[in-house]
Amino acid sequence: MPKISGSEAVIKCLINEGVEIIYGYPGGAIMPVYDELFKYQDKIHHVLTRHEQGATHAAQGFARISGKVGVAIATSGPGATNLVTGLADAQIDSTPMICITGQVSSKLLGSDAFQETDIIGISTPITKWNYQITKASEIPEIFAKAFYIAKSGRPGPVLIDITKDAQFELFDFSYNKINGIRSYNPTPEIDKNKIKEAAKLINKAKKPLIVWGQGVILGNAEKELIDLVEKTGIPAAWTILGASAIPTEHPLNVGMLGMHGNYAPNVKTNECDILIAIGMRFDDRVTGDVTRYAKQAQIIHFEIDPAEVNKNIEVDIAVLGNAKDTLGEIIKYVETNSHKNWLKEFSDLYKVEFNKVIDAEINPTKKGLTMGEVIKHINKHTKGDAAIVTDVGQHQMVACRYANFRNSKSNITSGGLGTMGFALPAALGAKMAAPHREVVAVIGDGGYQMTIQELGTIFQTKAAVKIVVLNNDFLGMVRQWQQLFFEKRYASTEMVNPDFVKIAEGYYIKAKRVNKRDDLAPAIEEMIKSKEPYFLEVVVEKEANVFPMIPTGSSVSDIRLS
Amino acid sequence: MSEKKIKYTVSIYTENSVGLLNRISAIFQKRHINIESFNSSITEIEDVHRWTILVHTSETLIKKIVGQINKQIEVIKSYYHTDEETIYQESCLFKIKSSLLFDDRKIQNIIKESNAIIVTVNPEFFVIEKSGRTYELDELYEKLSKYGILQYVRSARIAVTKAPLFISDILKKFKKK
Ligand SMILES: Cc1ncc(C[n+]2csc(CCOP(=O)(O)OP(=O)(O)O)c2C)c(N)n1
Repeated sequence: MPKISGSEAVIKCLINEGVEIIYGYPGGAIMPVYDELFKYQDKIHHVLTRHEQGATHAAQGFARISGKVGVAIATSGPGATNLVTGLADAQIDSTPMICITGQVSSKLLGSDAFQETDIIGISTPITKWNYQITKASEIPEIFAKAFYIAKSGRPGPVLIDITKDAQFELFDFSYNKINGIRSYNPTPEIDKNKIKEAAKLINKAKKPLIVWGQGVILGNAEKELIDLVEKTGIPAAWTILGASAIPTEHPLNVGMLGMHGNYAPNVKTNECDILIAIGMRFDDRVTGDVTRYAKQAQIIHFEIDPAEVNKNIEVDIAVLGNAKDTLGEIIKYVETNSHKNWLKEFSDLYKVEFNKVIDAEINPTKKGLTMGEVIKHINKHTKGDAAIVTDVGQHQMVACRYANFRNSKSNITSGGLGTMGFALPAALGAKMAAPHREVVAVIGDGGYQMTIQELGTIFQTKAAVKIVVLNNDFLGMVRQWQQLFFEKRYASTEMVNPDFVKIAEGYYIKAKRVNKRDDLAPAIEEMIKSKEPYFLEVVVEKEANVFPMIPTGSSVSDIRLS
Repeated sequence: MSEKKIKYTVSIYTENSVGLLNRISAIFQKRHINIESFNSSITEIEDVHRWTILVHTSETLIKKIVGQINKQIEVIKSYYHTDEETIYQESCLFKIKSSLLFDDRKIQNIIKESNAIIVTVNPEFFVIEKSGRTYELDELYEKLSKYGILQYVRSARIAVTKAPLFISDILKKFKKK
C-alpha cells in the first residue's frame, strides 16, 4: 500500500470507527484535514457550524440521542479555544465526544506562533483524556485510543491536537481498534457479595426509594431498571440527566429530583428507609444541603466510577460496575414486592403539588401564557415520542418537569455545566443523528441568542429541527432569584429583544409568533406537522416563577411550593 | 468541627506520558490544595514511573483526591499513606563558607553528630549533604543557620511503604484480559 498523509489517515481513522457526520469549522492549521474531507465527502458528511462552540454542542446532541461518539473539529488558536465550553459540558455530563484541533507545526511549538495556543494545557482539566500528535505515525493508535476512551466506562470528551507537519507527513497506514489500555480500567469488576448485601437490604426495606441518573442511559440499562422497579414495586425518581430512562407515565415513576423537581420524591428522600442510587452522582442541585440529605436512610450506590462513591454523600453499600450488569445481577436476588401504602404517600403529595403548582402551570386560567402549557401541547402533538432539547433556565426546568417521555435518550439538556446556548446546536446534532425522530428544542430568549447563529447551519443542512423560544423578555431564572432572594433588584436581567420571527425568516426558516392562548395549540400542531425546520416564538408571562423550589442551602424536604 | 489535617504521602504509579503531571496537579489545584513536594522517578518495573507527592490535608479530602487521580487514564494506581505507614527520606544540601569549618571546631562536631556527609571542600566553600526524616533535616538546619548558610536546598520526599503494593499484579491482570 502506498504511503498516505497524516490528514488522510485522520479521515481513515474516522471511517474505521464508523463516523459518518462531523461538525466543525476550518482554518489555517487544520486545512490539510479539510482538504481530505473534501475528497472523502461521500463517506463523511462535514457540517459547517457557524461557531466552533456550536460544533461541540451539535456533536454532544448527536452523542446523547444516539449513544455514539460525537466528533467536532476546529483549527488552532481561537478555533480550539472556542471548543472549551463544549468540552467542559461534555466532561461534566459524561458525553462521549472527540474534538480534533489543528496545531502549528511542531518546530514552532512554544514560540507564540500565529494562532498557537496551548490547547492541551487548556483542555486538560475538562477532558477525560487529551493528546498532542506531532508525528503522522502516531495517528492510528491515538485515534483508536481516543474512541475507546471516549465511549468506554464512564464516557467523556477526548481532545486530539495535531500539528500541521504531522498532517502533511507521509507514512504507512494501518488501523487496529483498541479494546484495552493497561493503566485504564473502565468498568470495575462486579463484587457478587455487594450485590447480595444490597439485595438483602432492599428485601427488608419498608420505605425504599430509587433515585436514578444518566448512568442508566449511558449503560443501556433501561430495561434492567424497569425490571427491578416492577419486580420490587419500589418508587423511582430521576435526576434531569436520567429523565426518559423510564417512561414518564410508568406508575412507579414518581418524578424529578432536585431544586425544581417534584414535591414527593424530594420530601420522601428524607423519609425513606433505604435509598437506592443508580448511576447518579449526588450533584448539589439534587441533594440540597448534604448534611440534611437522607440521614435516616441506609444508602446503596450503583456506580461505574469509583471516584463518585462517597464523594458527596457517604453510602452504606457501593455496588461498582456497569448498571446493566449490576442491575441484571441483583434482579435475581430481590423479592417480588409492592409498596402500596408507601406509594400512596407519593400520590398524596403529588395531589398537593398538582393543586398548588401543576394545575395552574399546565391548565392556566390567567391571561398570560405559561411555559407549562406550551410543553403540554408539545406532548399532545408529539404523543410523547419527541426528543426534547433544552437550554438552561426556567424553560429547562419546566420542560423537564412537564415533558412526557415515552422513549429513552429523549431529554437532551446541559445538566452539570448549565450551558446557555447549548440547545439550538444540540438539537441540530440530535436531529441529524436520528432523522426519523421528532426533535423539539425548547429555549429561553436569553440562551437562544448565545448560539443563534446556528440557525444558519440548520438552514443549510435543512435538518427539520423544531425550535420553540419561550420569550419572557428576561433572563428568567436569574430574575426569579433576584425576586426571591435579592428583593426584586432586577440587575441586568431584562432584555430588549429583536424580532425573532424576522431573524428566523432571514434564514429562510418558517416562523411564527404566538401571544394568545387560542393560537397556541394550532401553532404547535402546525409546527409538529412541518417537514422542515420551524421556528415558534411563544410570548409567555414576563415574571412567572418555577416552583417547587429548594432554595440553595436548604434541605430537600424544605422544598417550597410557592 | 473541621477535620484534622496532617501530612499525607501520595504514591502514584504511572505510564511515562507528557501532560499527565498537568492533569494530576489540576486535581489538587481544583480543591485549593498546595503540593509541598513532588518527586518523579523510575521504579522496580520497567516503563513504570512513580510519583511521590507530599500534601497537608484531611483524610476525607485525600481519599477523594486519590480516587480522582486513580481514574486518570495513564495512572496505573495511586495510594495515600501516613508517615507511620512509610519509610521515607528527604535530603538536603548546605553550602557554607570554608573559613567557618576551620575557624570553629563546633561545626565539625555538628556535622559528625548529624551523620551528614561532606560532599566537597574548596578554599571558598564546602558542601554537606544530609538525608533523613523531615525533623532531622530541620534540626541540622537550625544548628547550622547560626553560622550562616550561603545556600540551602532540600529535595522532595521519597517513600516506600511498609505494606506491599502489588503493582506487578495489576499489570499482569491487564495482560491476561
Ligand atoms: C453561559 C451561561 N451564562 C450565564 C448563565 C447563568 N444563567 C442561568 S439561567 C440564566 C437565565 C436564562 O435566561 P433565558 O435563556 O431567557 O431562559 P429563562 O430562564 O427565561 O427560561 C442565566 C443567565 C448560564 N447558565 N450560562
